Amino acid sequence: MKLINFDHISANPLLPEVKQVMIDAINGDYHNPSSQHSDGDAAAALLDAAREATAGLIHAENPKEIVFTSGGTESINHAIKGVAMATQGKGNHIVTSNIEHNAVIRSLKRLKSFKYDVTSLSVDSSGRINPEDVEKAITDKTILVSIMHSNNETGTIQPIADIGRIAREKKVLFHTDAVDSVGVVPIDVRELNVDLLSFASNTFYGPTGVGGLYVRRGTRIFPLLEGGVQENNKRAGTENLTGIIGMGKAAELAARDMDARYRHLLDLKRYFLAELPNYIDEYIINTHPEHSLPHVASVSIQYIEGESVMLMLDDAGFAVSTRSACATGSLRASHVLLSLGLSHADAQGTLVLAFGLENTTDEVSRFLAELKNIVGTLRNMSPLYKNTTG
Amino acid sequence: MIYSQVVMDHFKNPRNVGVIEDADGVGEVGNPLCGDMMTIYLKINDNRIDDIKFQTFGCGSAIAVSSMLTEIAKGKTIDEARKITNKDVADALEGLPKNKLHCSNLGADALQLAIKDYEDRKAGITRPEPARKEEHEHTHDGQCRCPYCDVEISEKASFCDACQHELGDEHH
Repeated sequence: MKLINFDHISANPLLPEVKQVMIDAINGDYHNPSSQHSDGDAAAALLDAAREATAGLIHAENPKEIVFTSGGTESINHAIKGVAMATQGKGNHIVTSNIEHNAVIRSLKRLKSFKYDVTSLSVDSSGRINPEDVEKAITDKTILVSIMHSNNETGTIQPIADIGRIAREKKVLFHTDAVDSVGVVPIDVRELNVDLLSFASNTFYGPTGVGGLYVRRGTRIFPLLEGGVQENNKRAGTENLTGIIGMGKAAELAARDMDARYRHLLDLKRYFLAELPNYIDEYIINTHPEHSLPHVASVSIQYIEGESVMLMLDDAGFAVSTRSACATGSLRASHVLLSLGLSHADAQGTLVLAFGLENTTDEVSRFLAELKNIVGTLRNMSPLYKNTTG
Repeated sequence: MIYSQVVMDHFKNPRNVGVIEDADGVGEVGNPLCGDMMTIYLKINDNRIDDIKFQTFGCGSAIAVSSMLTEIAKGKTIDEARKITNKDVADALEGLPKNKLHCSNLGADALQLAIKDYEDRKAGITRPEPARKEEHEHTHDGQCRCPYCDVEISEKASFCDACQHELGDEHH
């Protein structure tokens, strides 16, 4: 039995049109886009078309500014390590935030072991970075600012255009991890003042294992993968054409349907947040009320633990994500939630809901009824609940 | 699913949930920083566990551990119950995921504290709060294991070389 998916931050299904072009691509047995015969040319044309569609989604000036990658993680690693390698001798300082994805955190940690210094900025209790803090953190040794566009645990969106303006004034390269934003909210790389932007196809209902890095023309960056001269000499290796064709179609549809999708997702989230107090009490909303992704709501339900809630919701037919330490594999409270000022106990009870295109208000309504029962059951079992109310 | 069927059964249908208001012994382990908290309540009659109940804040395995522990302990004499270990509980659950063995498997610890509380009360030692262990103790003869891959690591390690996981301050 398939669950009702309220965990769209972890995975989105392929849209039927995307599936179809990928099946056609597999059946088409396309040749290598780098080959110089006519079959190679045919493949190269498909690659170009996908690149144009993808560039259109983020309003890149030139499709050549898109480097196809294996997904968000590779794009982020490429941006950070590629800039660090290309700017050797010019500086060794990088500015980031405390709420980044592990792909950023661990890439920077790796650079630290190569004598790079990292300044990691705190967010306010609403989960946002103050652009002035970025300005203050930049020194004459700074080579890169990397701040995420939207957070994968809370959905909160950062003031990227303002940060980008500061970075540009200071002549420092600016990368944003926009993996959870591209294809969901309008993105214009020129308005955002970014030099590098990471994204992933599955966020907008394309295949996993495909993504891209926007590299503004003239940005000095080294390839992460060396070999052939594919991707404008920025990413070696024969292209994953089937996946890239799928992403191109998904990008085209996301650009076309952006407004309608946005409204649908925001309606679901607003309904959920408006109805929630009628079902449970004593919870904390971690998602910014205004500056956030339309489909994501992070809720910390007090006195209970998230993995238990997730397992019981699974039994009731719903897929959700939890940021409880017990369920993340790391066995540690989420660095994002602790950065917001949550206590360990409250962080433990955190559910991340991410609605999707196929979800309905009726599903949200049924979910709320199940959630109420589950929260009641677990609170009755919880020593923390007794201590507070008794 | 990471859990065995027995674990899921005890998680979904936990036995002996609740509070014994006039308990003869109470034991509490863990704290939210560790991830899990368990409280065990005992009713002792003629040196035998007549009734046992639990309250737990924690993940699926923590709830299943609490439930299984109460099933094992119920009806046992104090001397028999004293021999129950965390491993017995995990074995009865047909195993727990490695990374949960050290953080969630605290049921027997809570039971032993409840028994101690009972005996202290009998001996006339009273305390305002239930017998409580705040910190997760290192009970492996000074030897710690990585919570991710279970290899032995030094107690002071902040990084597991085997699986490349960072361990922070709270590894067990």
